[in-house]
Amino acid sequence: MISYAVEQVSTYAKDIDFLILLICGLVGFWFFVAEGVLFFLIFKYRAKEGGKAAYMDGTDPKHTRFISWPHRFILICDVVIVVFAVKVWMGVKQTMPAPDQTVRVVAQQWSWSFQHPGPDNKLDTADDIKTLDELHVVVGQTVQFELVSPDVIHSFSVPVFRLKQDVIPGRAIKGWFKTTQTGSYDIQCAEICGIGHGAMVARIVIEQPERYAEWVAANVATATVPPAPAAPAPAPAAPAPK
Amino acid sequence: MTTTTASHHADAHAAGHAHDDHEQSFFVKYLWSTDHKVIGFQYMITGLLMAMIGGYMAYGFRMQLAWPGEWIPGVGFLSSQQYNAYVTTHGTVMIFWFAMPVLIAAFGNWLIPLMIGCDDMAFPRINRLSYQVFLISAVVLIGSFFVDGGAFGGAWTAYPPLSAKATMNLSPLGSTMWVLAVALEFVAFLLGGINFITTAMNARAPGMKMMDIPIVVWMIVVASILFMVSVGPLVAGAAMLVLDQQLGTAFYDPSGGGDPILWQHLFWFFGHPEVYVVLLPAMGVCAEIITCNARKKFFGYKTLLYTVFATGIISFFVWAHHQFVAGIDPRMANVFTITTLIISIPIAEMIFLYIATLAGGQIRLNVPMLWALSFVAEFLLGGVTGIFLGASGSDIYFHDTYFVIAHFHYTFVPIAVIACFAGFTHWIPKMTGKMMNETLGKLHFWTTIVGFNLVFLPLFITGMWGDHRRIYNYDHFPDLSTQALQDLRIASTVGLLIMIAAQGFFVWNLIWTWKKGPAAGNNPWQGTTLEWSTTSPPGHGNFHPMPTVYRGPYEYSVPGAEADFLPQSQPPA
Repeated sequence: MISYAVEQVSTYAKDIDFLILLICGLVGFWFFVAEGVLFFLIFKYRAKEGGKAAYMDGTDPKHTRFISWPHRFILICDVVIVVFAVKVWMGVKQTMPAPDQTVRVVAQQWSWSFQHPGPDNKLDTADDIKTLDELHVVVGQTVQFELVSPDVIHSFSVPVFRLKQDVIPGRAIKGWFKTTQTGSYDIQCAEICGIGHGAMVARIVIEQPERYAEWVAANVATATVPPAPAAPAPAPAAPAPK
Repeated sequence: MTTTTASHHADAHAAGHAHDDHEQSFFVKYLWSTDHKVIGFQYMITGLLMAMIGGYMAYGFRMQLAWPGEWIPGVGFLSSQQYNAYVTTHGTVMIFWFAMPVLIAAFGNWLIPLMIGCDDMAFPRINRLSYQVFLISAVVLIGSFFVDGGAFGGAWTAYPPLSAKATMNLSPLGSTMWVLAVALEFVAFLLGGINFITTAMNARAPGMKMMDIPIVVWMIVVASILFMVSVGPLVAGAAMLVLDQQLGTAFYDPSGGGDPILWQHLFWFFGHPEVYVVLLPAMGVCAEIITCNARKKFFGYKTLLYTVFATGIISFFVWAHHQFVAGIDPRMANVFTITTLIISIPIAEMIFLYIATLAGGQIRLNVPMLWALSFVAEFLLGGVTGIFLGASGSDIYFHDTYFVIAHFHYTFVPIAVIACFAGFTHWIPKMTGKMMNETLGKLHFWTTIVGFNLVFLPLFITGMWGDHRRIYNYDHFPDLSTQALQDLRIASTVGLLIMIAAQGFFVWNLIWTWKKGPAAGNNPWQGTTLEWSTTSPPGHGNFHPMPTVYRGPYEYSVPGAEADFLPQSQPPA
């Protein structure tokens, strides 16, 4: 339904899509039953010449059972939905798998900047790579992100991951994703953040480890200009043959 | 006891007025009136005019979305700042200046005194003050478009720090005027709410017990209570927001030790019950129309009331489902998912009772009935799609997408537009003494319904495919600038144009009714409730003599009775 237009690129995308499909089935059933009964009754009980309506006040169990029984089934459907929704939610938002890589995402009016850990795979060290509007990650790795904002509320939304998390100034909110395929996709700001909100977009570039290493090597040299002597070191790591 | 004394008093009052039916100037009669019927008209007309402003905003931004960057007839080019202001004002106007004045204030004023059989509101001057404050609030809101920096553009939810800092929202005066306008509107509705509750509880006709009160009166009373209980935190929040904006305090500013999430809690603690504040009167209006036109007692009057009370109470425990991904403790989402899905139980019960009322009826498909039935049919879709958003797991994806927009418009359009027209066409014969045109009414109904569905069905799909809200031009987003999505956006805009054009039939019908509407008589729909026992339009003091109530509100098709309806005020044989 969603994956027809928006690919599933994170490990939990299919869980969320399944949950949506499940809810769709359950509420869709009740929706069509209710609409069906509504239109059937309108059609069946149109006013007829000389006809007289039934007199009932809705307390006779013979009548109320038509309401109370569906009600019990709806309650069961609610329980099923709650169980699955909470399960999905806990997997996405309440667990934090050990990360292979940690990135910092800075959402500001009106752009995204990303702080990659660099060759040492640690944040807040000298070799961090900072980029604007482009986030690079390795396919298949668990990435932990930390969301910060210096100004107003933004929202880190990556539709292909089915992921969304507001960015609150004054807080560092952590989350995770694990990608399943390579490609380049939208990162959108999903919370109105002022006049440039309609253009606040970045791209996430999901790459094979080799390509990522190449990118790191190419960027760490330019990114860390002051400690220039250290720059040539990572060069051999890059696999030359494509 | 109270009811009897109050009504005796009312009787004496009405008799006193019968003598001094002196000529009044236009100003005193229509603009400075304390008559609940006139104030109802004032609210209704102001609400419909504000709906035109809200509709104009919708026209502006939907045209921009369908043909981004093009010149829009009647609007011009829309900048991104203006786009945000239009979106914000559309939301604010439609909820606070259209849904609330029409459903609570207009119908409350028209119907409560007439349906419970008294001569006017308990506090007529407070009632007049309520409308005057409301009018000022509307002027302040519209005025914000003409000040330096323009109208506020931080969405109707006004999340700080964006709404709190002029350096970020670029509308230093507009944002404060927005808060001020909303606060004034709350004052107006607190004044109105006091009146509705007091009148319905104390001024009922002799013989009208609590369980003889028509459903719509109950609904407006419960809605007023919900509003009064929920609005306090938001008013406090609004005061803090104004201080942040104008005096540089830091209630919501983390750099000064504040917390932006605080506002979200205060706002949604009000914001969710607010949905039921407008939903309940809308459902009440439809209950009256459906029982009358199905010629049947309401199926489970008491059950309905209990579900309404339950909904009202539970509605205070669901607010954080608007904030699942807002940075609250993720464990809270589990609690609020459960409470949110629990509220589906009483709401489903209500809808079932409406549907069950039709079974065994003699359904007349006149214009008010078409509107009322379409309310049930359309609201169902709005209701079930809410489950996707109330379930925390799927809300991660759907939050702030067009799916949300489609969902709440499938609740709010039935509430504000459909129930408004249902009530309007049902009671305007009573309020003016003239019947509306049936053919024009049906044309208006069908074109509006077709337009409405064409606007919002495509938005479910664009939302599912990733469109998120409040974006003025999707060309900036590589994944969202596909032709398939753009076609859906254009379809939605075409739907809006149909829906706006459809209102031409309504205006035409109003003029037709004004010029040559046939006389309605006292009881054109053969209704049972008290308002149909007096003249159309009811004179000053409403009833001469004051009515006495002998039975429940929906005695239709009683076995053995001569007519298929037994008015509440008709003495037993």
